[in-house]
Amino acid sequence: MGSVAAGAVRHPVVRRLSFVDAFLWAFRLAVVLVVVWGTVGTLRLGRYTGEQWVDFVVFGLAQGGIYALIALGYTMVYGILRMINFAHGEVFMSGAYTAYFVAAPLAASGFLNRHPILSLLLLVAVAAVVSTGVAVLVERVAYRPLRRAPRLVPLITAIGASFFLQYAFRGLYGSGFKAYPEFELFKGEWQVLGIGILRTQAVVLASAAVLMFALYQFVMRTKVGKAMRAVSEDKDAAALMGIDVDRIIVLTFAVGGAAAGAAGILYALVFKQVHFFMGFVPGIKAFTSAVLGGIGNIPGAMLGGLFLGVVESVGPALFLDGLGIVAPYQLKDVIAFTMLVMVLIFRPQGILGERLAAKRA
Amino acid sequence: MWRVGLVFGAVAWFVSLAGLVEALHARWVVDGVFSAGQALLVLLLAASGWVGARRSGATLAARLGAGTVAGATAGFCLGLLAWLGAHVNLRAMFINASPVLFELLLRGRPPESGWAANLLVGAALGLAGSLVGVAPAGLVRPLLAGLAGALGLGLFQDLVLLILQPEALTSVREWLFVAGGGPTVQGVLAAATASAAGAGLRPAVKTLAPGASLPPRAAQVVWSLVGVALLATLPVAGGPFVAQVLVIVGLYTLMGLGLNLEVGLAGLLDLGFVAFFAIGAYTVGLLTSTGEHGIAHWSFWAAVPVAVLVSLVAGVVLGIPVLGIRGDYLAIATLGFGEIVRLLVLSDALRPWLGGSQGVLAIPKPVVAGFELSGPQHLYYLTVVASAVVAYVAWRLQDSRLGRAWMAIREDEDVAEALGINLVSVKLLAYGLGAAFAGVGGAIFAVMVGSVFPHSFQLLISIQVLALIIVGGMGSIPGVLVGSAVLIGLPELLREFGEFRFLVYGAALVAMMLLRPEGLLPAAAQRRELHAEVEAEPQSAQLAAGTATEGR
Repeated sequence: MGSVAAGAVRHPVVRRLSFVDAFLWAFRLAVVLVVVWGTVGTLRLGRYTGEQWVDFVVFGLAQGGIYALIALGYTMVYGILRMINFAHGEVFMSGAYTAYFVAAPLAASGFLNRHPILSLLLLVAVAAVVSTGVAVLVERVAYRPLRRAPRLVPLITAIGASFFLQYAFRGLYGSGFKAYPEFELFKGEWQVLGIGILRTQAVVLASAAVLMFALYQFVMRTKVGKAMRAVSEDKDAAALMGIDVDRIIVLTFAVGGAAAGAAGILYALVFKQVHFFMGFVPGIKAFTSAVLGGIGNIPGAMLGGLFLGVVESVGPALFLDGLGIVAPYQLKDVIAFTMLVMVLIFRPQGILGERLAAKRA
Repeated sequence: MWRVGLVFGAVAWFVSLAGLVEALHARWVVDGVFSAGQALLVLLLAASGWVGARRSGATLAARLGAGTVAGATAGFCLGLLAWLGAHVNLRAMFINASPVLFELLLRGRPPESGWAANLLVGAALGLAGSLVGVAPAGLVRPLLAGLAGALGLGLFQDLVLLILQPEALTSVREWLFVAGGGPTVQGVLAAATASAAGAGLRPAVKTLAPGASLPPRAAQVVWSLVGVALLATLPVAGGPFVAQVLVIVGLYTLMGLGLNLEVGLAGLLDLGFVAFFAIGAYTVGLLTSTGEHGIAHWSFWAAVPVAVLVSLVAGVVLGIPVLGIRGDYLAIATLGFGEIVRLLVLSDALRPWLGGSQGVLAIPKPVVAGFELSGPQHLYYLTVVASAVVAYVAWRLQDSRLGRAWMAIREDEDVAEALGINLVSVKLLAYGLGAAFAGVGGAIFAVMVGSVFPHSFQLLISIQVLALIIVGGMGSIPGVLVGSAVLIGLPELLREFGEFRFLVYGAALVAMMLLRPEGLLPAAAQRRELHAEVEAEPQSAQLAAGTATEGR
């Protein structure tokens, strides 16, 4: 579409489209103007020091690493089933929330600060196991019976499952915020190349990087990973090659769930509290990351997560402060959601994207 | 069959630990004897027997045996929970693992023997459930109706008591209910007998006297007259509380009718729908408020058309960017828009105009010919009239050229476009009209509450509206009414239930899609499709019914 010759033949269609196109161009232009105007304004004001910008970026990277880990679950499931696992944010929440009940007694007994690394590994393991269990359960109950249903149906069950899980955990663990115990070891700053970096953020970023690397190796190097990629290429052909497709789908949910559970602990390290509703916004943002990187594309999801984390962290100061907007940090999520909407509208195949968007219809 | 029992045992653990059992324990089904919480567990155990019996061998003995084993296994699980509760402090983790729960599970026995008691009760109930599973339908239907009647009297005792409020009915009230408590034994028996007799006699009446029923046309007139009379008198008879519930049901019906155009007819899953409700409410708020954020001090009647128009324009404007997006991406994009609208309204940046988290206050009530529509009993009539008008418009739209175009794009966008349907205008009309309907609801909401806050417009509202459409039946206008009555009205009447409402919504969405994807009152087109499917594939009808109808 869009070539002049085709336009001349289908004249009326092009005329109708042009009004929509004009609107979309105005939308793009408005966003670009806000970004440019705001950036120029902020830089002229010079309210932030270089050190603050570095802080923003590091915080954004740490947060982005968490998004990226969650996004892996979205992207792997989408790659295989072509469906959005709307309940993935709740899978993330379930692990972190359950692990709190391990972390609290560990902290009370002093074990947490005597063996911080061991405790952290234990918490990650607990969260990963719980999240995996929840993810597999959701797949079994809500998605598997609907494998051949029209597209809207599994999406609706996914929304239902998401709300069910939120309120199930609210019923089980209560509706209040739970303060996660802090690690003494991770308090304070480390000096890296003369820049002070909060230890928590460094730990989170490093753990996320290690986990992502491990996961990538798992998908690219192991036999199961190969089977996963085969199923996402073509389910029927994979079945003909002797791959048990159902088993691979369950494994995909399990691996995505484990990554989300680990991400939950990292999130608790950064934000120091858990809540039954904590999965919703990170879930949406991780989905945004997955789409940004081209859904179905694993390295893309990692890049998308880091990119979104940084934009969201730098954005309020860089774009909005310069416009003279009061309390720009309240609009942090607006930046993330705007990116989500814009990616879906203008580049559904993502930045690195395979052209899945065209195949989907 | 013990696996069925384990699944039901896990469900029983969940409802116990999530607090559902204890919450329902506060309501008597038979005063002082049997609570709704116990009823829930009993039903679960019996259901395990029922499923166990249906899943197993052909002979009667095998089925009954399987049901008993399943029930015993589920009962064993409950006993295990009670034992654990007595020996471990589960409350450190599960906030609802209270002494009341374990008292209920053990009924005063020590945990060791309570375990055996639970197992035996489970086996007995499993056997009972499997008996229901193998009994002929003519027997089962009255039995289940009787059970439902008995439970219904207990669960909806507030409503029944409200109806029995008048002086003349005091003796009936005292016969049915213990003063200040639940239903009496004779009351429950009467309710059960009445419902069982009703269900048992219905087929008999139909076969004995086929001519006794009215011709369909006359029946329609009679039923609609009864409906109108009920609608007109209900809030007067029921008092302000019932009226309030009905107004809320009406508001959700308005939103449901709007979203039904988008999701049900046009197949455009919109998760940001609450934004248009908010826009309608804020428009009325800003135009009529006498407080600091009011800009025009208009009357409600002048503001409503503007609110509807603003919502419609907002629907179109937010619809244009998402024209090219389909299916699940559309759902997420609209969710994004809905959240952006809410966050912007909530932000301090727009506070001078929209009031931030404080909202817009001091919205005056509407006035008709010098008479102020103040309480819910007055606003109820406004809601009913608005819902009726909107339902009429929706009904006329449904079978119009536009409605058929919507259904065509729901089935297949590419084919619809090839048939000459202008996707752009048809989709934008769906967004715009759906948003306008929600705007009407928002306008009434603003005057009902007297103020508008961003916190009233959470994503949860969109999900609730979606849930009521799905439960009622996608694309069906009576379905919207049924859906909002069932999902919005009933939980309001069951107050203990309040905090579990969303849990049930989530479960309802999943269960409906798995078991009855066409909804409680399906639209004609959907029903036809499902029938064709069932005929074509009788053996897999159980699970596949409807899920595969539109296959890819």
